[in-house]
Amino acid sequence: MVLGRSRFSTVLSVGAVSAALAASLAACGSSSGTAGKATLTLYNGQHASTTTTLVAAFTKDTGIKVNVRSGEDPELANQILQEGSASPADVVYTENSPALELLSEKGKLAPVDASTLADVPARYDSPHGDWVGVAGREVVLAYNPAKLSASDLPRSIMDVGGPNWHGKVGIAPSDADFQAIVAAVDKREGTAKTTAWLDGLKRNGEEFSGNTAILQAVNRGQIAAGIIYHYYYFRDQAESGANTSHVKMYYFGHQDPGAYLSVSGAAVLKSSKHQAEAQRLLAFLAGVQGQTVLAHSNDFEYPLNPSVPANPELKPLDQLGVPTDLGPGDVGDGGTAVTLLQQTGLL
Amino acid sequence: MALTATIGGRRGRAGNGPSLRLVVLAALVALFALIPLMFVVGEAVQAGGGEVQRLVFRARVGHLLWNTVRLVAASTALCGVVGVGAAWLVERTSLPGRRVVGPLLAAPLAVPAFVSSYGWVSLTPAVQGYGGAVLIVSLAYYPLVYLPVAAALRGMDPALEEVARSLGHGPWRTFVRVTLPQLRLALGGGMLIVALHELAEFGAFQLLRFQTFTTEIYSEYEASFNGPVANLLAAVLVALCLLLLLAEIRLRGRGRYSRLGAGAARSLPRVRLGRSTPVALAAVGALLAVGLGVPLGSLIHWLVIGSSASFPVGALASAAGTSLGLGLAAAVVTTLLALPVALLAERHRGPLPNVLERSTYVAHALPGIVIALALVFVAIHYCRPVYQTTPLLIAGYAILFLPMAMVGVRAALAQAAPVLTETARSLGAHPLAVLRRVTLPVIAPGLGAAAALVFLMVATELTTTLLLAPIGTETLATRVWSDTGTLAYAAAAPYAALLVIISAPAVWLLTRAGRKAELT
Repeated sequence: MVLGRSRFSTVLSVGAVSAALAASLAACGSSSGTAGKATLTLYNGQHASTTTTLVAAFTKDTGIKVNVRSGEDPELANQILQEGSASPADVVYTENSPALELLSEKGKLAPVDASTLADVPARYDSPHGDWVGVAGREVVLAYNPAKLSASDLPRSIMDVGGPNWHGKVGIAPSDADFQAIVAAVDKREGTAKTTAWLDGLKRNGEEFSGNTAILQAVNRGQIAAGIIYHYYYFRDQAESGANTSHVKMYYFGHQDPGAYLSVSGAAVLKSSKHQAEAQRLLAFLAGVQGQTVLAHSNDFEYPLNPSVPANPELKPLDQLGVPTDLGPGDVGDGGTAVTLLQQTGLL
Repeated sequence: MALTATIGGRRGRAGNGPSLRLVVLAALVALFALIPLMFVVGEAVQAGGGEVQRLVFRARVGHLLWNTVRLVAASTALCGVVGVGAAWLVERTSLPGRRVVGPLLAAPLAVPAFVSSYGWVSLTPAVQGYGGAVLIVSLAYYPLVYLPVAAALRGMDPALEEVARSLGHGPWRTFVRVTLPQLRLALGGGMLIVALHELAEFGAFQLLRFQTFTTEIYSEYEASFNGPVANLLAAVLVALCLLLLLAEIRLRGRGRYSRLGAGAARSLPRVRLGRSTPVALAAVGALLAVGLGVPLGSLIHWLVIGSSASFPVGALASAAGTSLGLGLAAAVVTTLLALPVALLAERHRGPLPNVLERSTYVAHALPGIVIALALVFVAIHYCRPVYQTTPLLIAGYAILFLPMAMVGVRAALAQAAPVLTETARSLGAHPLAVLRRVTLPVIAPGLGAAAALVFLMVATELTTTLLLAPIGTETLATRVWSDTGTLAYAAAAPYAALLVIISAPAVWLLTRAGRKAELT
């Protein structure tokens, strides 16, 4: 029992210490954001390191502090919907446009200042003027030259649904990135053709969980090619090249739906109590300063403001042949694409 | 069965009902644990009949059901076999180096599933799919069976096995008819946790390209932002969970396994492995090599080849501090919450204690995103000041990991004979004094183990942390997540390594539980 009692007191003291720790952590959490100037809260679905750099530049410029909560687009959008009018978020910055379109449909977003919207070509902004495009991500076909010769490359993304491509193409149907592509194809080609294309992809394709998994498989030669976004390749090259040493990129170009540019954008929440400051953050993100920070980051996404050139390693934005008739508004919240994918059995 | 039932009697306190205070406390904890379930039901109802028809009764859901069931069945069985085998080798045989091997066998718990899956997938694509998923989650989760079974083997009274042997049973029959029944509580509890954990696992299966209900629920949130549909699917998961909970009650049986006097038992003579020693060593070595070697190897690989490798000491220390603080606080709170429910269920069997106890397990079968969104909803509507504060985060952890604590606390209580407390009461001690001076000292090692397990789970938790932590909070797990998301694997590696390191003491503590008997 003596041994037992000492154990008991150990349990008690561990308890006391951790309760104290918890209390102090809680104090840290609630003490910020009370002094002086407004502090903004940013819900961030974009890559955390780049957002941190962007926000630091904004704070240096304006003196407005920004607290960042990072997460995945769908989780953040669902969280904002659950929070309703009590949401602590002032600004939301997402990886792809469907999350913003969803919040727009549910009436959660405030109109963006006209001058901010004017910084970015209208087709990269919200059709309703309630979010602004910040960065672009281009659809590409990553392929392994040992498995696929240049002459066999498809002219259109529609071709990879055809019989020649059996067992050769990797896709990530559960990834929001791929769903944007399906929505673009649906808008351009109509439901009948899109369904036939998806049926073909289901027969031809191998399904992966995401872009990185596809890249690895192509690099190993497990599969000849895969549909991904361009920056995964460049990031991996910058990191080590371990997943891309046997990978080449093919841009569909010529206004093909496969040349769709997915847009990452930002919006001010209607429920924000700091509307003016929040609009300043948006203006910064779409303006020359923010876009320059983005272009110089290790992110490899395209700045959408035409006065800021992209990272020189990238193929210039105006040479991509991005379809001018397919914008984020056409892709919407991705719901139609998901229904099509569900009908095909890819989801 | 007949043998074990003679120890301690069939019922704890025949004819003496539980105190009202205990029942109320346990009921409050159970209600607290059921918050996510209420949310799931509420949201699923909103989906409406037509949607239910279209979305639940489709071929895809049948396919997911089949995938989920066969995965859970195979890997839970595999965890059972590997866990019992490993525990028996370490605790009951002459296996050389068992003092080192024992803690190492529990170490896979310190490696987050998304780290080990990534390591495996970069090693070979062959692990993607059903076989690979079964193999990898079994390697990651078998310690959940190994630990309680090893503790039970240590706490076991040698007399029973000796009686069986003296009555002419061979070693194998003794194991099956005497040892195994005594392990039922530990084995059943461990396998239940493994099964529930797999129902809710997301990151690993996503990487392994194996679709289950949970990966589908994430897709629903990701692809169509469709909360009601996701919750309909979650309701199917809850149904699966209820089946598992009933199955475990059946498996557990009605016997009691407590023994008087924690220090009175002699340690059992160990089985001499003799010529089987190399085989046993090879088996344990292989288990460690694949279970620990692959994920740790991939960490080292990232560090060596990546360009983003750096050691930002300040950021590392602050993330480690946050992980430690949150883990410790959640471990203590969760274990304390488990105590009244476990006490009620262990000392008073019947429908009410059973229902209350089982209620605490349901949340563990639900994906992290469902639990986190449920807490967002509840906090923002009914308790706004705590929203995105540390107390709410700790509450979320407690709901998620109560089952982990329950298993540990119940196993500890099961080995503490009720007659001890009854004697103390009959000598005039106040119930609280009995708890402090008699019950707690006996079960303290079990409580420590339960807390350590909760700590490990909290340290590797991701979704709830991302949604509910105070803004700006960075844990080791969220750093690993944000760096791997941008393919900066080398930048993530030091955080992942530190995560493994801060988890080591908890693993050590886990393997110490019940060790006391052996020392005396």
